[in-house]
Amino acid sequence: MTAHTKGSGLKWVGRAIRRLEDPALLTGHGRFTADLPAAHWVRFVRSPVAAGRLRRIAKPDGAFVVTAADLAGVKPILPMLHKFDYRPVAQPVLADGVVRFVGEPVAAVVASSAAAAEDIADQVELSIDATAPVVDARDALSPGAPQIHAEALGNVILEGKVKTAGFDVAWSAAHKHVRVELRSHRQNATPMEARAAHAAYDVATGRVTLTCTTQMPHLMRTAIADVLGMPESDLRVIAPDVGGGFGQKMSLCAEYVVVVWLSRELKSSVAWTEDRRENLIASFHARDQYITLEGAFDKNVKLLALKTDIISNVGAYSCFPTTSGVEPLMAMAEMPGPYDVQQYQCRARGVLTNTCTMAAYRGVSRPIITLALERLMDKAGAAFGIDPVDVRRRNLIDKFPYTSAMGLVFDEASYQQTLEMAVKAVDLPAFRARQKEVRQQGRHLGIGFATFSERTGYGSPAFAARGMEITPGWETVILTVDPSGFVEARVGSSPHGQGLRTTLAQIIADEIGVPPERIRIVHGDTDRTPYGWGTFASRSLVISGGATLIAAQKVRAKLIKIASHLLEAAPHDIVLEDGAAKVAGTDRSVPIAALAREAYTQTHRFNGEIEPGLTETGTYDPPGTFSNACHVAMVEVDIKTGKVAIEKYVVAEDAGRIINPMIADGQVHGGIAQGIGNALLEEIVYDESGGVLTANLADYMPPTAREIPPIELHHMETPSTQSVTKAKGLGEGGTIGAPAAVINAINDALSTFGVEINEMPATPQRIRAALRARGSAA
Amino acid sequence: MKPAPFIRHAPKTLDEALRILAEVAPQDGRVLAGGQSLVPIMAFRLAKPAHLVDINEVAGLDRISSGGKTLTIGALVRHSAFHRPVVDNPLGALLTAVARHIAHYPIRTRGTFCGSLAHADPASEWCLTAATLDATIVAKSTRGERLIAATDFFKGLMTTALAEDELLAEVRLPLLANDAKFGFNEFSRRAGDFAMAAALVTYRLGGGKIADTRVGVGGAEARPRRIAKAEAALNGQTPSDKAFRAAAEAAAAAIEPLEDHQTSGGYRRDLVRAVVRRALEQAAA
Repeated sequence: MTAHTKGSGLKWVGRAIRRLEDPALLTGHGRFTADLPAAHWVRFVRSPVAAGRLRRIAKPDGAFVVTAADLAGVKPILPMLHKFDYRPVAQPVLADGVVRFVGEPVAAVVASSAAAAEDIADQVELSIDATAPVVDARDALSPGAPQIHAEALGNVILEGKVKTAGFDVAWSAAHKHVRVELRSHRQNATPMEARAAHAAYDVATGRVTLTCTTQMPHLMRTAIADVLGMPESDLRVIAPDVGGGFGQKMSLCAEYVVVVWLSRELKSSVAWTEDRRENLIASFHARDQYITLEGAFDKNVKLLALKTDIISNVGAYSCFPTTSGVEPLMAMAEMPGPYDVQQYQCRARGVLTNTCTMAAYRGVSRPIITLALERLMDKAGAAFGIDPVDVRRRNLIDKFPYTSAMGLVFDEASYQQTLEMAVKAVDLPAFRARQKEVRQQGRHLGIGFATFSERTGYGSPAFAARGMEITPGWETVILTVDPSGFVEARVGSSPHGQGLRTTLAQIIADEIGVPPERIRIVHGDTDRTPYGWGTFASRSLVISGGATLIAAQKVRAKLIKIASHLLEAAPHDIVLEDGAAKVAGTDRSVPIAALAREAYTQTHRFNGEIEPGLTETGTYDPPGTFSNACHVAMVEVDIKTGKVAIEKYVVAEDAGRIINPMIADGQVHGGIAQGIGNALLEEIVYDESGGVLTANLADYMPPTAREIPPIELHHMETPSTQSVTKAKGLGEGGTIGAPAAVINAINDALSTFGVEINEMPATPQRIRAALRARGSAA
Repeated sequence: MKPAPFIRHAPKTLDEALRILAEVAPQDGRVLAGGQSLVPIMAFRLAKPAHLVDINEVAGLDRISSGGKTLTIGALVRHSAFHRPVVDNPLGALLTAVARHIAHYPIRTRGTFCGSLAHADPASEWCLTAATLDATIVAKSTRGERLIAATDFFKGLMTTALAEDELLAEVRLPLLANDAKFGFNEFSRRAGDFAMAAALVTYRLGGGKIADTRVGVGGAEARPRRIAKAEAALNGQTPSDKAFRAAAEAAAAAIEPLEDHQTSGGYRRDLVRAVVRRALEQAAA
């Protein structure tokens, strides 16, 4: 890495420098929670039945087993929402009298090793009077369905409703109505590292250090201290290297609360490492929705109004901090997507069932609503006999700022331009010709488009609008140049693979003239970093990056002030470059390290005009900014088996200013891989009794490298006016666009059979079943 | 996901292995070879054997030999041994073509041919190979040696004719005729997954007509087997789309399909129809 900064004309921002975090990870020196030694290991005994009354827990003689009865004084987890008729439901950290899903933790076994704890757990006998469970959201809504919680009659935990003033007029004025009935099955985020927690007790101070795999260390501290009724000061939370999260690790886990409680009880170290089966049945699930979407179009195929009904299966409990509203309310707010439509009617319900609790998963509802909306666009094309690309051309927003029917303000973006860029890149006419040609040989190719917006980097008002009691939004960064001239930024956010140590260093490097290798980003430790929220909702680069820039600008101003004293030059004549402050047009300069030393050790020279030290704080709470993209999938469907092969995948995307192109591309690639898994492979299947049939990675199928096609990326950069770095977020776009692009492509391939697939994942079984129903023999 | 406690025995000779197996078999003793199926099952605690007789240090079990009309595969021969042809006979090429469909590379370097047969997963490529080619399974115990025909060996889902004190010491596969053609096709959701249906076919051409046909189907029923009606539809025919289609249809109709939460009987028949036809097309290509 060569040192060059502003004055040399080259900037760090915009360059694909290698990730500063990778050398340790690639050489086996990463630090993960499960690496820590502990005196005591925990194994949770989980409910084998989906619904029932817990009569008795028989513990083996001499075993140390904790149950709800031991946890007097520990409050239940009680996420709150102050809107949308939300019914608060409490979750005891260990089941207390009632079990509500297969996998719910009922007891914690403590032993000297994980294997010994598992041996004992095998011998704990649960006596449960099973009751009739309900696992499907539509069944849970039917009259007489079992009640999951007495507080939520009819199993509806929340209901959002909206109808714009001119809806009825627009709806009846339409030339045609087009309808999509969509089913998205349940999925699991499947991070490489499952959950893990390690709590160490310090006898001298009475403090507990909880090391855990989490996306939100500060909020975990607040939440666990609340539930356990302890001062936050007695708890330190560390998020070391985190092996993926994808939203699954932003919610509070009951298991972490138990581990901290045990550590205080035993005055010792206690650890728990989740296994894959537990992760698949009892960590958080997502994407289990039924959506009905109807569009009213005028005769020019301009969308006049949208009507939708959203049923989101939220599982057995509400998740903290986002609550069960995370999916249905996201779906309600963003269903109109990137299209110009001012009339909108929506009913969105969160429905409780005897299944694992739903929480955020990369994209949150948008992979599903984008699929629904993009199916609608393709079906409108078929209904009107025009190319589906034309339907999008006629409806994508192109005047900014644009205020949506739901009041979201879309900043400057490139919806039309990225669509055209993608159409050109795939050479649509050539594809259509080839499609026609190979159909004669019994081969069925299809092409699918998805145009979408990705709301990113939104601050606290956006969360307040949902009525959330916890409104994450802002981030703080404390930037220090120490007396050696080394730079340390302590950030409240907490990345888990996003490369923030690299990108934040690039932002700082450009401001203060110090190369990235002399900048350390400190994160994931509540003792070392200012309060902050974490990495989720495509926010950290925008918000934590913005706070970093603000802090760096303050440090820059101070460095220039000190340099102007030492060099006896006017501040506007001083440039910071190549690790030095220079007087422009002269050979006079002073190293930045010397300026830093002065700031601590020679403060008398500043005549009281400059405060001692070199630490500045930046805080940022932006309104939010929209990234956009057009995804195109080209697939071949094997009509005889229903198997889908993706030939090629093309993306034209715009995420504002790109800080590090390599990291940006990596986010898009990874998101698409996950989105392809969602589209074709991944499904948590419950049987009627509430048992999980997909509790290992042979049955629950994330894609492997072999299922991921070549991905071709094209970029535009529309600098954000709503982000101080001009960057927009891009963490979720890959998963948002891929299901719609892939499933539209499948439908295009199947169009000659009169068959439609409006289900995710579009498994070969489902495709064959649809073909067989149409009388197509293999 | 830690296995229940067990005692590992590590014999150095076959006799010692058989003696220990005889001793621990009544206490749920199991043989450990490559461990690619047994160990995960133990980790899930679906199996909790009290004793493992680890044969990895037994000398001489990793041999492949061919003599006369037979290829003999020892109990410790790994899947990866077949990445290249092990014998100068169409059988060598056949085994190589099949081996690349078995799971993933790291698993192939550890898992064993004989272990696959002893495990008897209906989706196993080697079980299908053994059934289609009428392999002979050699079972040894302190009581002596027993030869079991493949048709008698596979009893059902993960069930074989092996007695609990018997070690599957080797498998003997008949060499193919020098002009034999073969084709293999399997369907799985992802690369390396268990087959949801697989077909292995071999035949010869005599005067342009198909002869000595073997059509084996795996992954679709409780055990892999030859499908007589599909073979009958081919013998005496000229290789043609029509003949292959008829054989595929016969195979799809003949099976008693395994059904699970994601696979209906109808879908399993669709897959069998597809894999048989594709295996035949490959053989003819």
